[in-house]
Amino acid sequence: MSAVKLVAVFVENKPGQTARITKTLADAGVNIRWVTIASSGPFGVMKFLVDKCDPALEALKEKGPAVHFLDVLAVEVKDKPGALHAVAETLGSHGVNVDNVSGFVANKRAVLVLETHDIPKARAVLEKQGLRVLTQEEMLNL
Amino acid sequence: MHRRCPHLLGRLFVWIAGGFGRKLPANPQTIVSMFWDQQIETMGRSALEQLQVKRLQATVRRVAKSVPFYQQKFAERGLKPGDLKSLEDLRRLPFTANADLRATYPKGLVAVPAEELARLHTSSGTTGKPKALFFSRKDVDNAAELIARCFVMTGCTRDDIFQNMMTYGLFTGALVMHYGAEKVGCLVIPAGPGNSEKQLLLMQDFRSTVLHITPSYALYFATYLESRGINPRKDLAIRKAFIGAEPYTEETRRKIEKALGVDVYNSYGLSEMNGPGVAFECEHKRGMHLWEDHYIAEIIDPQTSEPLPDGKRGELVLTTLCREAMPILRYRTRDITSVIAEPCPCGRTHRRLNRITGRSDDMLIVRGVNIYPQQIEQVLMAVPQVGRNYLIVLDGLDDMTVKVELAESGFDGRVEHLVGLQTEIVNRLRAEILTKPKVELVPPGTLPVSEGKAKRVVDNRRL
Repeated sequence: MSAVKLVAVFVENKPGQTARITKTLADAGVNIRWVTIASSGPFGVMKFLVDKCDPALEALKEKGPAVHFLDVLAVEVKDKPGALHAVAETLGSHGVNVDNVSGFVANKRAVLVLETHDIPKARAVLEKQGLRVLTQEEMLNL
Repeated sequence: MHRRCPHLLGRLFVWIAGGFGRKLPANPQTIVSMFWDQQIETMGRSALEQLQVKRLQATVRRVAKSVPFYQQKFAERGLKPGDLKSLEDLRRLPFTANADLRATYPKGLVAVPAEELARLHTSSGTTGKPKALFFSRKDVDNAAELIARCFVMTGCTRDDIFQNMMTYGLFTGALVMHYGAEKVGCLVIPAGPGNSEKQLLLMQDFRSTVLHITPSYALYFATYLESRGINPRKDLAIRKAFIGAEPYTEETRRKIEKALGVDVYNSYGLSEMNGPGVAFECEHKRGMHLWEDHYIAEIIDPQTSEPLPDGKRGELVLTTLCREAMPILRYRTRDITSVIAEPCPCGRTHRRLNRITGRSDDMLIVRGVNIYPQQIEQVLMAVPQVGRNYLIVLDGLDDMTVKVELAESGFDGRVEHLVGLQTEIVNRLRAEILTKPKVELVPPGTLPVSEGKAKRVVDNRRL
C-alpha cells in the first residue's frame, strides 16, 4: 500500500490554534515534514506529514482535539511545464475526482499530494501513465 | 353586526385618477381619542365585570358540556358549572397548560361540531408536536374586531395603507392583523417578511403609512434604508409601526421610532388566544389595554400559582370569554408582566398590561418564531456525528447561531465532510424550527461544560 498517511486535526478557526497544535507536536518530539491548513468559516483542518505518525496522533488526542489519519497519494512528476496538467488530465479522463491538491519541489524533485475518495483507482491510472507514486518512507526521505 | 365607521373629522378623501395616491398622508395633528367601539371600550368597571361573569359562566357551561378535557378536570375538582357565581370563583377553575394543548393535538380542545370550524392555526411546541388552534367563523370575526379596536386606538383610519411585514401561514400574527385592518377599511398590503428591496418598493409606490413588523426586522430595515440613502421622514409616508411577536425594550422602541420616523405601538398576543390583538397600546403608550370583554387576565406567582395583586409582576393567565370553537380556561401564558389598574387618560376602562419582561419557561422567540431549546437538542442528538454539547447563541439584531461539538468519531480528516455536515444540520434545524439558524461545528471539548443544568442559551441580542 503506497498511500501516504497524514495526521488531520479539526480545530476552531481562531487565533492561537496553530500554535497550540504545533507545540503539542514539538513537545512530543514529532518532526513535521509537510503541512497544509484549510479553513472553512468557523473551523479549519490542519494536515501534517510527520516522521512519527502514531506518537503524533496519541499526543494530539491527549490534548483533546479531534484527530484522524487521512490517506493521500503522493505522486512524483517532472519539474517542467505541463506536469500537473498531465496528472489532472489522466485522473479526469478516468472519472477520478480530486478533493484537495498541493504540490512542492524538494531537492529538484516535484511532488503532488492528492486527496481523493478513490485512492486505489487513482494510483492504478497514474502508474499506468508511468508516474511514480511515493510511499510514506520515500516521502519522508525526500 | 354593522358598525359605524370610525371616521376622522376633517380628514379629506381624494381620488387621483390613474395613480395610487387615493389616500392623503397621515395628518400630523394630535388626535383626540378615537374609538372603534366606544360603548364597550369605555364601559364602567362594574358593568364590564358583570359582562365578564356572564360570559365566563356561559363559557364554563359550554366546555362542561362538550370538551372532555375540561369535563375530566371539573370532575376531579367536584366542580359544577353552576358553582361559578362571581369573578372570585375564577380561581376554582383548573389551569390549562401549554402541555395540555400539545397533548390534545391534532384534535384540539374543540367545543363545537367539526363543521363549525373555519380556520386552523398552529403554534410550536417543545416536543416537535405543535398546538392545534381552531377558530369558528365568529372567532375569526371577533379576532378581527379586536384588531380593529387596536388600530383605531392608535389613530388609524380607513385612509391608512397597512403594510403587513409578518409571516403569513400557520402563525396567527399576519393573518389576524390582516383581517382587522380590512375591517377598519385600510388598504392592506400582504407583503410578508423579508426582501427589504421589495418592501421599500411597496412603501415608495403605494405610500404605506402603517407597518406591522418584528422589532428585529424593524432595526434591520432601518439600517437598510440608511444604506440606500433613504430618509424615511422625507422619502416615505410611514407614520406608525405595530411591533410585537418578540419581547423588546423601551430603548429599542425609541431607536426604531428615531430611525424609521414612526410612532411605535406595542402589541401583545399569542396564538392560543387568537394571536395579536389581545392587548395593545393606545396613543399614550403607557401599557397595553387588554380587551377585558374578551379575556380575563390574572397575574399569578409562577411557582406557587397563587394570585398576585395588581401592579405585582408575575405570570399572565388568560381565560377566553367569547371563543366559540376552542374556549380556553386559565391559560398559563408563561409571559411575565403586571397589570396597571389605574385609569388611562384615553378614557378606556379596560386595564393595561405592562411590557412583557420575560418568560417563566425557556421558550425563545427568534424572528417572531417560538423556539424551545429542546427542539434544537432533539434535532442535534439525532445526528450521529454530533457530540453531546451544544450552545445556542443569540446576538446581533436577531441572529441565532447554534454551536455544535463534533463527536470524536465524527471526524475523518476531510474538510468537505465537515462542511457537508454543517449544511445538513442547518437544513434539519430549519425543518424543525422554521427559521434558518447559523451552525458552527466546533471540536469536541471546546464548549464550556457547566455543572448541573447545562447553560444552553446565551442571549446577547440588542432588542
